[in-house]
Amino acid sequence: MINGYRRIGALALAATLVAAACSSAGASPTPTPAPTATPTPAAMTDTPAASTASTSTASTPTPAATPQCVSGSITTSGSTALQPLIDAAGKQYVKECPGATITVNGGGSGTGLSQVAQGAVQIGESDVKAETKLPAADAAKLVDHVIAKQGWIMVTNKDVTGVTNLTTQKATDIWTGKITNWKDVGGPDMPIVLIFRPQSSGTRATFKSVVLHGATEATGGQTLTEDSNGAVTTAVTKTNGSTSVIGFAYYNDPSNKPLLNGLQLDGVDATLANMTAGTYKLSADGNLYTLGTPAPGSLTDAFLAYLMGPEVQGTIIPSLSYAPVVPVK
Amino acid sequence: MARLIAADRPSTLKVETGRLARIDVPMIVVFMAAASMIAIVVLLLLFISWQGIQLFVKDGYSPGTILSPTWDPLANTPAFGLLPFIAGTLVVTAGALLISTPLSVGLAAFLSEVAPNWARSVVQPALEIFVGIPSVVWGWLGLTTLVPFLSDTFSGPLVVSLPVVGKVFSMPGFLTGFSWLAGSLVLSVMILPTITSVSYDSFRAVPQELRTGSLALGTTRWQTIRHILIPAALPGILTAVVLGMTRAAGEALAVQMVIGNSPTLPAAITQPVTTLTSQITLDMGNTVFGEPWQDALWTMSLVLLVLSIASVVLVRLINKRRMPL
Repeated sequence: MINGYRRIGALALAATLVAAACSSAGASPTPTPAPTATPTPAAMTDTPAASTASTSTASTPTPAATPQCVSGSITTSGSTALQPLIDAAGKQYVKECPGATITVNGGGSGTGLSQVAQGAVQIGESDVKAETKLPAADAAKLVDHVIAKQGWIMVTNKDVTGVTNLTTQKATDIWTGKITNWKDVGGPDMPIVLIFRPQSSGTRATFKSVVLHGATEATGGQTLTEDSNGAVTTAVTKTNGSTSVIGFAYYNDPSNKPLLNGLQLDGVDATLANMTAGTYKLSADGNLYTLGTPAPGSLTDAFLAYLMGPEVQGTIIPSLSYAPVVPVK
Repeated sequence: MARLIAADRPSTLKVETGRLARIDVPMIVVFMAAASMIAIVVLLLLFISWQGIQLFVKDGYSPGTILSPTWDPLANTPAFGLLPFIAGTLVVTAGALLISTPLSVGLAAFLSEVAPNWARSVVQPALEIFVGIPSVVWGWLGLTTLVPFLSDTFSGPLVVSLPVVGKVFSMPGFLTGFSWLAGSLVLSVMILPTITSVSYDSFRAVPQELRTGSLALGTTRWQTIRHILIPAALPGILTAVVLGMTRAAGEALAVQMVIGNSPTLPAAITQPVTTLTSQITLDMGNTVFGEPWQDALWTMSLVLLVLSIASVVLVRLINKRRMPL
C-alpha cells in the first residue's frame, strides 16, 4: 500500500522541478522587461505623459478614463500583501484591453525582488524598499514605483477588554517583553501572548522600524510565529490574551472584524483617512519594482500608468483597504 | 520459460530476433524512464548539496554553525545556528513516533491476526482515506480545534493541581496550546496509516507454520502475537517506523501551523518550538536568492536530505537482515 521508494521518487521529482525552475530563472539571458509590441501611433503620442506618471509618485496622472491599451503579456510576483490589489487591477486592465495578459503571482517580497532583479518577471512587488533586501548593486538596477500605501493595525483577542489604545512606548514595552501582562496597560489580569510574523516578513520589518524603532523583540516562552496574515488572524482569534499586527484588509474583512479588538496607535484610529493624512504611523509604501525604467509603449509601462490612473487610485485601491498615493478628484 | 520456448521451436529463433528488434522502441522508452529517474535523483542531490554548502563556502560561516543554538538573522553579524531547528525536528518526530507506534503496530496486529474479514474491509479503506488527506487539512484542524482544546484543557486548574503532570503543564508557554505536544499529536495521526500498513504487510508475511506451530503448543492468541509474530515481523515493523519517521521529519505545513515556530531549544513538551521544515516555509518567500539568510535555509534542506538518506540506508540495512527469514 505504501511504497517507500515511490514516495522518495515523487519527492525527488518535485524537488528537482523546483530546482530546475530556480536555475532556469537564474540563467535567463535577457534582463530587459521584454516589450513585445511595436508601439502604435496612439501609444506613441500618449507615451510621455504615461511614463512620467509611472515613474514618479508626485506627478499628476493621465486624465484618460480608459487605459492605454498595449497587447502582450507580463508576469508579476512578490508581496502577498499587495497581491490582491495587483490581481484586481490586472483583471480590470485585461478586461478593458483584451490583447494583454497579466499573470499575478505571490511568493513574498523577497521572491518578487529576486525575480525582478533576475529579469524573470517584469514587475516585482515588495512591502519594503529593495535596498533593505538586495545587494546594493542589484538594488541600484531597480526602479521603484509606489502605487499605494498599505496600513497595519494592532489587534488583540476579544478577551482583552479595556485596552483600546497603545502608545508607541507601551507597544514597544509589550513587544520587547518588558510588559508581560495586560493589567499593566489597563486590561485584564492575563498574560500577553505575542504572535509574530516571521523575521523576514515585510509586516514585521515595518512594525519593527515604525513602532519599535528597531528595538529587539521578545523571544521564547509566550511568543509564537505564524506564517501569513490569514494564519495570524486565526491564531489571534483562537488564543486567549494574544496580540498581533495585521493588514487593514484582513481587519476590515467582515468575517474577521467581530472576532478582534483593533487598537489605536498613539490615540489615532487606524483608518485610511488618518493614514493618508499622515497621522496614523503604522503604514508603508506598496512598492512595484521594474528592472530599469520600462520602455515607453511597453505593456509594463502602460500597466503602471493604469495603476496610477483614476480607475485604480480612485476605486480599486480604497475598496481593498489600501490608500491611494495620488489625490483623487 | 524463454529457454523452454527456444528448445521447443528452434526453427523460430530467427523470427525471435526480428521480434526483439521490433520491441526495442518500448525498451528504450522504459530504459530512458529509469535513467531519467536516476538522473533526477543525482541532480537533486548535487543541487541541494551545492546550495547547502554556500553558507560555508560563500558566506564564510564555519560548519560548526550548524550546531550553534543562536538563530538571529537580523543581528548586525547575523547568526545562523541551526540547533534549535534540528533539535525541534528530532523531538517533535520522536514524540509523534512514541504516540503513533504502539497504536499503529497494535492496529496492524489486530487487522492481521484478530479482525474478522468484515472489520478488515472497513478499516483498510479508512486507512487509505487517511493517507489521502492533505497535510494542510490536518494542520488546519490542529490550528482550529486541537490547539484551543490543549490550551483550555491543560491550563485548567484541575490539571495544574496534579502532582508531576501539573508541573509540566504550568510551565510558561502552554497557555497558547501551540507546542511541541500539538505538533507531535498532529504528526502522529498523519503517520499512523504509514506505520500501520507497512507493519500489517510484515505480519502477513510471517509464515503460517509459525502461527500453527505456536498454537499447537497450546499458547493463547496473545502469546502467539507477542512471542512469535512480533519478533518475526520486527524488521518489517522497524522499517515501518523509519518510514513514519521520514514522513514526520519532512512534514512542513501541518506542523508549522500548530507548533508556534519559536526558534528556541525545546525545553518542555508544552512549549512552542520550531522545526527545519517549518522555518524553511516561513522564510523562503521573504528572503532573496543568494543572501546568507536564504543560504542558511538551503543548509537546512541539506540537513533534512541527510536525515532522510540516513533513514533510507537504515531501512535497507534492516531489510538485509530480514532476508534469511
